[in-house]
Amino acid sequence: MNIHEFQAKQLFAQFGVPVPRGKEIKTPKAAAKWAAALNSPVYVVKAQIHAGGRGKAGGVKITRDQAEVPGLAKELLGKTLVTHQTGPKGRKVRRLLIEEGAGIAKELYLSLLVDRDSGWPVFIASTEGGMEIEEVAAKTPEKVLREPIDPAAGFQGYNGRKLAFGLGLPAIEPTVLNPFVAMLGNLYRLFMEKNASLVEINPLVITTDKKLIALDGKVSFDDSGLFKHPDVQAFRDLHEEEPLEIEASKNNLNYVKLDGNIGCMVNGAGLAMATMDVIKLAGSWPANFLDVGGGATKETVAAGFRILLKDKHVKGIFINIFGGIVRCERIAHGVIDAAKEVGLKLPVVVRLQGTNAEEGRKLLLESGLKVDVATDLWEAAQKIVAMTGKKRKKAEAPGEAAHA
Amino acid sequence: MSILVNKNTRVVVQGITGKEGSFHATQCKAYGTQVVAGVTPGKAGQEVEGIPVFNTVRDAVARTQCDTSLIFVPPPFAADAILEAADAGIKLIICITEGIPVNDMVKVKRALRNRDVRLIGPNCPGVITADECKIGIMPGFIHKKGRVGVMSRSGTLTYEAVNQLTNLGLGETTCVGIGGDPVNGTGFIDLLPLFEKDQETEAIVMIGEIGGDAEERAAAYIKQHVRKPVIGFIAGITAPPGRRMGHAGAIITGGKGTAAEKMAALEAAGVRVVSNPAEIGATVKATLGG
Repeated sequence: MNIHEFQAKQLFAQFGVPVPRGKEIKTPKAAAKWAAALNSPVYVVKAQIHAGGRGKAGGVKITRDQAEVPGLAKELLGKTLVTHQTGPKGRKVRRLLIEEGAGIAKELYLSLLVDRDSGWPVFIASTEGGMEIEEVAAKTPEKVLREPIDPAAGFQGYNGRKLAFGLGLPAIEPTVLNPFVAMLGNLYRLFMEKNASLVEINPLVITTDKKLIALDGKVSFDDSGLFKHPDVQAFRDLHEEEPLEIEASKNNLNYVKLDGNIGCMVNGAGLAMATMDVIKLAGSWPANFLDVGGGATKETVAAGFRILLKDKHVKGIFINIFGGIVRCERIAHGVIDAAKEVGLKLPVVVRLQGTNAEEGRKLLLESGLKVDVATDLWEAAQKIVAMTGKKRKKAEAPGEAAHA
Repeated sequence: MSILVNKNTRVVVQGITGKEGSFHATQCKAYGTQVVAGVTPGKAGQEVEGIPVFNTVRDAVARTQCDTSLIFVPPPFAADAILEAADAGIKLIICITEGIPVNDMVKVKRALRNRDVRLIGPNCPGVITADECKIGIMPGFIHKKGRVGVMSRSGTLTYEAVNQLTNLGLGETTCVGIGGDPVNGTGFIDLLPLFEKDQETEAIVMIGEIGGDAEERAAAYIKQHVRKPVIGFIAGITAPPGRRMGHAGAIITGGKGTAAEKMAALEAAGVRVVSNPAEIGATVKATLGG
């Protein structure tokens, strides 16, 4: 789960990580009131959306004039920001963070995440703050430092000192050495206690008055750890999520909207991805990822149908079930009942394999529904693509060229 | 021969009195697995389909000499269950549970380091040695004793591949689901030497997916150390970056972990990479000849 910058900064403050004085603002009127209370030489008005690249998209405004703050707030609120992370549709701005500006002497980069190979949390730091860290890592890998933290002992001072001296902090500003080490300890505590999956500060700033401050902040959480943290769950902003994905999550379905026109319903995440991939190989593009789980029932299938049918781009549906413990004839019953319930009109190809697959296929064929049945995965993919017409997605996915 | 488990493996099921635990313990036993004990705290003395239940794994080990654990305990208590099994001297721990917090797994993985214990999973279908021993939730009937070792980050996609191998008359030695979580106990790289050494395994099928770099590291190992043919499939060529595709570990982050990168790494290591998942079995057959 992702949260807004202002929420990340609230968490930082709670864990003793210094942030600029700031507040979440929803109206120009509240902006005027807060600007007066802030009474700062510089005001920063930042659009709050779950996407990076806000600055370049015009989502961050800076002024020295307190009187200008409400006007800037009015300009940003309700505006749709298009950044490299929002997609072409962009994201509507509903909230702002208005905070005091800082005099910047030096920008650093700092993040914390779990290294998947070792299973250890690792700090990543760089003197090249304010830039995309992937870009820094690609161009100047020697400027990206990594410090793994032994989870048995937790963060130790030496971890922080290694990074601080590695970055050359004492040469940049000696007084920030100890605050830097303390900040890392606090971030580690936040990360472990709140089940975060990423904490990122870019830029982490040394100010002209020699203070260390988190000028930006991004925190993501491990969905599996959310049950422990009602306070974190309260940060969820449904405006930032795809409506169909919200409905899917209410039905305990794993759904990700894509932009093709073949709706997929599959049991199991790996098979669901592979099903999307064969649709592409057959010459079309999937409309979604949908994993109905190991125990696909009439209810889950019906919920899946309803979600797929709400996507107006869907021209046909491909159901791919490998019956293991779940028997195929039960799934066939589920598909038949659910199709009748939702009044299905689109072409459907059902591919059943595994336990009692033959029986399931027979039931579907005799149901009177307009469904085509298949045994083989490739045969099924070709059928549904033939029925819906080949239509390739305009923007090709990353790695497309290498795969072709 | 086979890897990890065989007909002599003695299994304890942790969480045996739960719905999933009792169902799958029964299924495993019916397959021929020696399910000798179950554990649910406070329920010692009960039986599930003739399998005695104990309060602790330590009691189960003392009374039944079980050496392998199969875990169905819910996510908030699963880390505890894994560590209890290790503490009781269990040598192979297979954790099916999906949704264990990553930070719990960080601590578990650290605690198991340098100890004589192997963890498979979590969030996996389990391990099966065809016609001998099934420890997990996979449908047993699709497996047939044969020539191919299978390792995978997925569940139903593995069944898909296994079904193809069986239908083509190739059969399997052992199939291992390593799980779909970002931090797990055993990786491809840990299983490759076991399959390479196993005399019955003639070819290895590796089913990866987007996210992380387990496939890239396996590719480097294969290039150096594996002489047997490896056939690979990577799911998620159509997956968008930054989105989690069902499995907690299936996500492209910072442009890393794409299917294309993994395919390229495997191909460079001499792995036969299949782009159509319907052709995994046929590719193995063509590779082995007959």
